[in-house]
Amino acid sequence: MSCKRKALRSDQVLPQIIKVEDLKCYYSSRSDDHWFRQDVVKAVDGVDLTLYEGETLGLVGESGCGKTTLGKLVIGLERPTSGQVLYRMQDLDQLSGAEKQRARLDLQMIFQDPYSSLNPRKRVYDILSTPLLYHELVDKRQVDREVHRLLDLVGLPANSARRYPHEFSGGQLQRLGIAAALSLKPKLIVCDEPVSALDVSIQAQILNLLCSLQEELGFAYLFIAHGLAAVKYISDRIAVMYLGRIVEVAPADVLFARPLHPYTQALIAASPIPHPDLPTDESSLLTGEVPSNIDPPQGCPFHPRCPMAQESCRQTRPELESDGSYPQFGDCRSYRKSHCVACPVMLSDWHKARQEGRDIHYAFPGAKRTAPGYLEERDEN
Amino acid sequence: MTEQKSKQVQDPAETLDLSGGEPAPAGESYLASIWRRFKRHKLGMVSLGLFLLLVVLAILAPVISPYDPNAIVGGFGQPPSKEFLLGTDLSGRDVLSRLLHASRISLLAGVLVTLLSTSVGVSLGLISGFFGSVVDSIIMRFTDMVMSFPYMLLVLMFAAIFEPGLWSIILILGFVNWPGVARLVRGNVLSLRETPFIKRTQVQGLPGRIILFGEILPNTIAPILVHATSVMAFAILDEAALSFLAMGVQPPTASLGNMLGDAKSLTILTDKPWLWLPSGLVIVILVMAINFIGDALRDAVDPTTSRS
Amino acid sequence: MRTKSILRYIFKRLLIAIPVLIGITFLDFLIMNLAGNPLAMLMGPKVSQGAVEARALELGLDQPLLVRYGVWLGQVLHGNLGYSIKSFEPVADMIRQQLGPTLMLMGTSLILSLLIAIPAGIYSAVKQYSVGDYIIVGFSFLSISVPSFFLALVFIYLFSSQLAWLPSSGMYTLGGDRGFADVVRHMVMPVLVMTASLVGNNIRYIRSGMLEILQANYLRTAKAKGIGQTKVIGKHAFRNALITIVTVIGMQIPMLFGGSIIIEQVFAWPGLGLMTMSAILARDYPVIMGTALLAAVVVQLANLVTDIVYVLIDPTISLE
Repeated sequence: MSCKRKALRSDQVLPQIIKVEDLKCYYSSRSDDHWFRQDVVKAVDGVDLTLYEGETLGLVGESGCGKTTLGKLVIGLERPTSGQVLYRMQDLDQLSGAEKQRARLDLQMIFQDPYSSLNPRKRVYDILSTPLLYHELVDKRQVDREVHRLLDLVGLPANSARRYPHEFSGGQLQRLGIAAALSLKPKLIVCDEPVSALDVSIQAQILNLLCSLQEELGFAYLFIAHGLAAVKYISDRIAVMYLGRIVEVAPADVLFARPLHPYTQALIAASPIPHPDLPTDESSLLTGEVPSNIDPPQGCPFHPRCPMAQESCRQTRPELESDGSYPQFGDCRSYRKSHCVACPVMLSDWHKARQEGRDIHYAFPGAKRTAPGYLEERDEN
Repeated sequence: MTEQKSKQVQDPAETLDLSGGEPAPAGESYLASIWRRFKRHKLGMVSLGLFLLLVVLAILAPVISPYDPNAIVGGFGQPPSKEFLLGTDLSGRDVLSRLLHASRISLLAGVLVTLLSTSVGVSLGLISGFFGSVVDSIIMRFTDMVMSFPYMLLVLMFAAIFEPGLWSIILILGFVNWPGVARLVRGNVLSLRETPFIKRTQVQGLPGRIILFGEILPNTIAPILVHATSVMAFAILDEAALSFLAMGVQPPTASLGNMLGDAKSLTILTDKPWLWLPSGLVIVILVMAINFIGDALRDAVDPTTSRS
Repeated sequence: MRTKSILRYIFKRLLIAIPVLIGITFLDFLIMNLAGNPLAMLMGPKVSQGAVEARALELGLDQPLLVRYGVWLGQVLHGNLGYSIKSFEPVADMIRQQLGPTLMLMGTSLILSLLIAIPAGIYSAVKQYSVGDYIIVGFSFLSISVPSFFLALVFIYLFSSQLAWLPSSGMYTLGGDRGFADVVRHMVMPVLVMTASLVGNNIRYIRSGMLEILQANYLRTAKAKGIGQTKVIGKHAFRNALITIVTVIGMQIPMLFGGSIIIEQVFAWPGLGLMTMSAILARDYPVIMGTALLAAVVVQLANLVTDIVYVLIDPTISLE
């Protein structure tokens, strides 16, 4: 199964749909240790990210890293503390009422828990038709047909319309959630772990549905998941998030072939073993506590858990930098094929390795197994 | 596109039906499912029947009363007889006719107080829960303050300031009974506001009023309904207490409470029980029926919690 | 850590109580404004009209509402609740005199109702759906549905008029020795009526509180480990049951005030309730407002204490 579309494999420059610049979202929460101090939770702490029209960007990170908050910021469900979300190069807040409304509708979301994402007191027909009628997207007489068309699109029978959410299974509910998002003809759908609450057997069906819908309707996905395995097959690109920051972005195949950030390597090493001959490598598993995003470590947020950490990592916080594959684009965020990583140590290792014609160093050796030719090498030994 | 429904079924109605009864019909509305479960509650149905009977009697009071409730038709304080089934009062009025009209007044007060306090409470609760922050704090602190005054004392205070009578009693009871509903609705709104389905409607660009009235309110109707039954029971008891204390419905209009008020005199209490016993019993039956209806409704609304 | 959080919680709870208390007094002041002139009510009967006017200017009767409220609150905080329009006595003194009998009545009824409701509620929850449970629940429904004054009339009819066992009113027999036994005889009926009207609610809350505890997972685990039912209820559930009981007591305080008005009226029990009721009938506003204010403050303090006791009993309660 693969979702990736051929058009996106070319080097063609695609228009940006979302551009996020130095986005921050802080919450205050009551401190446990001090009477009157308010702790600041830095859920999203300076994120730069670009999404292109029609692509699927997988956003991966441990729970609590801020990926869901980032997703909500992108569609305007949360307000950023600072920074901007540009939709098609425009700041939503600057738009006039009608334009803003339309832009908001272009950005939809599919929620994690299908059981609580549909109003239990309303029939499917009402759930689907209310936004259509309110936004006058279809003529009153056409509503029935439109509801049936949406149900058909997500593979549900027409008689679902007169039923209540509790009469459906989890997978069917998630289909309804997709139909509700599709009804507004969005340009980007944020999928917040849309299959993690479902049976494994159903997960593949829903992922296939999401893929075929994208093929047919051409919108973009921001696909949030907590593990790389979950987004591997459907993402054109993958962004890895750690403690409120993006630490690595690359096209999916590039990321698996040459994961540069130690954290990305740790995630790959921790993912289920794809080959029966491969032994589990205990040494390559991530150890240590996830630091709190109330008081993130100085310098690189990953350094306390990083085997490659150097003195400089404790001092300065690294920014995303391009690996230099596409020098004509300069800034690593302005071309979708760029591979960017926020780790100067690994980046310089990669430059050296390229000159010397050797492999890069792996902070977590288990990550090597997705490198090209790795399995063949093993088989020869 | 077929899926096995077996593992994923999360249908509360279906799990409930393991205990017997017909399965939930497809596409059954929420209120219809409540009614289906309510019907299985025997005591609730009996109470509903009794309540409806009393309502019908009260509505038909002017038609079925043997006499004019305020007319002097017999001797003073006569015991029950064939002519006057429940005897006559000290002014020579027919007690049965007065009792029928009194139920009418008490039920009217009960229903209007419930409607009034529920609408005030629901509005304040919705506003408080939906807008949050400063508005919420102000409304909730005000609710705390109203709730701090012992209820009966507050009612009597107002009754002392305003002219007692049926309408002022309805207004007073209506405006002191809202805090419970307001808190209930606010709590519901607060938890619903964070649910994905409300988040979805925000993403879909629906305006606040549609989210509030079209999405949130329908999800709080059932607990409001349950709460309303207890408000109604209280309202009927309170109207009776106030009228008993001569601070409520004023004579000659009969209410269940002021008919009992005559028994404050020890001679009436001892020698003429037909003057006070019937209206007391009507209150007990009426209030008990309403409480049982409320209890059955609570079970029907939330089949997971046990009867309490 | 926990101690610190508890202290902080109590401190915060006190901070919240202050605006509510101010609000209550302000509400009281506003209601008095509906009835007349609160500042004039403070001054008492011996002042001539001219003096009232002079004093009024001094107190600032022509000042805006908030200033007048400030002046009034200052007086109230100094214990000046004004003077009765009827008896010309200071309201604070009147309350002090009537408080004893009322507390006696309220306290006895509350304790008695808990003594009945706690075992009944626990039994009912443990033996859910048994005949005993149905009887207890049915009884609790009867208790909340019978108006207390009607029950009082029935009691007087039975025990005073028909059986002549108990006196129907007052606290002492006229010309009697005013001894302890005499007071107890007079107390029996009001206490029984009040207890009967409290007990239904208490049973309902304790029963549902216990049901919740019994269904909790940790109890199932304890049972699975082979700890006996009695021990489970006795040891594991006790702390949680205590919370339910604290809640019930906290909720009963305002109801006690209201109930005492009606019951003292019916039984002519010389307490705060009877005093309040006669003040209401006589439109004696300073007395009404004084008792209302007292009751409101007591209720707020009771809420405060309940909340604090919660966190002291239950280590798992969230302090947010």
